[in-house]
Amino acid sequence: MKEETKTEHTTADNGPVISIKGLAKSFGSNTVLQDINMDLHKEENLVILGKSGTGKSVTIKCIVGLLAQDKGQIKVFNEEVSTLSEDQLKELRIRIGFLFQSGALYDSMTVRENLEFPLRRVLKLRDKSDIDKRVEEILEGVGLPDAIDKMPSELSGGMRKRIGLARTMILKPEIMLYDEPTTGLDPITSKEISELIQSMKTNYHVSSIIITHDIACAKITADRILVMDSGTIVAEGSFDELEHSKDKLVNSFFK
Amino acid sequence: MAQEIYIPSYKRVLEEAGNQVLFMFRFFRNIFRFDFEWNELVRQCYMIGYRSFPLVAITGFIVGFVMTLQAEPTMKEFGAESYIPRMVAVSLIREICPVIIALICAGKVASGIGAELGSMKVTEQVEAMEVSGANPIQYLVVTRILACMFMIPLLNIAAEGLGLLGSYAGINIGEHVSPVLFFNKAFTSITFGDLLPSFIKTVFFGFAIGFVGCYKGYNSDRGTESVGIAANSAVVNASLWIIVMDAIAVQLTNALGY
Repeated sequence: MKEETKTEHTTADNGPVISIKGLAKSFGSNTVLQDINMDLHKEENLVILGKSGTGKSVTIKCIVGLLAQDKGQIKVFNEEVSTLSEDQLKELRIRIGFLFQSGALYDSMTVRENLEFPLRRVLKLRDKSDIDKRVEEILEGVGLPDAIDKMPSELSGGMRKRIGLARTMILKPEIMLYDEPTTGLDPITSKEISELIQSMKTNYHVSSIIITHDIACAKITADRILVMDSGTIVAEGSFDELEHSKDKLVNSFFK
Repeated sequence: MAQEIYIPSYKRVLEEAGNQVLFMFRFFRNIFRFDFEWNELVRQCYMIGYRSFPLVAITGFIVGFVMTLQAEPTMKEFGAESYIPRMVAVSLIREICPVIIALICAGKVASGIGAELGSMKVTEQVEAMEVSGANPIQYLVVTRILACMFMIPLLNIAAEGLGLLGSYAGINIGEHVSPVLFFNKAFTSITFGDLLPSFIKTVFFGFAIGFVGCYKGYNSDRGTESVGIAANSAVVNASLWIIVMDAIAVQLTNALGY
């Protein structure tokens, strides 16, 4: 039933799927975001580059309503996030996937139970064979079919991120938000995760915001890059454009 | 450099009280939702009830045993040894078992819940649940609080029974007393007015343990240190709630004539 209603949603075909204008956020006297303006277009991979503590994660947490903005406007599928009721926000969140830096797997559950969790509770699926089929399919998709009965503690960092991605993608979101997907991984696993992110766009046609400070990940995944510093966007362009930028800060990422 | 905002302590107290009321409101609103987590409730009942049973059983038995041994010399002095079963039964059921078992569960269960939810918060599992569209309050909080409200009264009843058994063992150290005589004397002194307030009291103690554990864990800050703080403050606050609730319950039962 949920699946059917999901297809009824109208995506903003002509405009951006996410539109942010004048976003500001402070924690006490600490101003994290000052005046963020950005758009995410359909089936686009938008990479946000920036040093730690520049407000990248806060931005995407504001998009899904985990944090409330102080000022500005965040529109997702043409709906202003801050004005949504609890139920409307829940409906919107089903259409947005969020991959946390740590993977955020439920550590008291096996991989199978982690993947079944959103199917049973969000899509309200009850048919065991349908659930099993979806779980097996998505595990094949992230290349970890053998991990199905393992506990999160038995998985490596890269495997956790893949399972975290699988748990998010099992709901077939239209937008994916990746919070530092390659942090803490070795270069080979980082490349694999970056290629997996790229394949999500190709195979599932998702629009993505990828928060990172890993330039190799940005090179593989980015259609467009925004560079953030001190709570504002300081540069925008393609990978090639920014690679040859004369700006000192932008240049420092590509060295 | 960011400046620390000074918040007067009374404001912090009021803010904390307000947050607890809001959290309680979220709990009550989620109890009556259609998609209730029955399986998780059963699992929590097992974790909270069954896993606490050995500790509660040993405590109950020893409390009854020690009370009897402590009371015996004094009662003997007044020639009132025959009143020991009655005295122990009434004290255990009305006051000692509910409070001691609740305090022990505050230490074991509230700290466990506080640490578990605190670490889930630190590792972003609660946020992951929230952004997936699932309801973390219903899955994590409602089930744990209700499990405490169901299991703490049952654990208390078990502890009271074992306390009487401990008392019987204690009285038999000095001289032989038949079990029929002992339990007959113990049970004839217990009335409905002893059992009901004790039972109701433990339901509220269970609520306090579950609620405080969940509130502290769910609202813990970032960082591993906050997990320890959440567990610790869950025990301290739950214990305080239990003592205050007990004081109110005594006044109420006295006023109602129980």
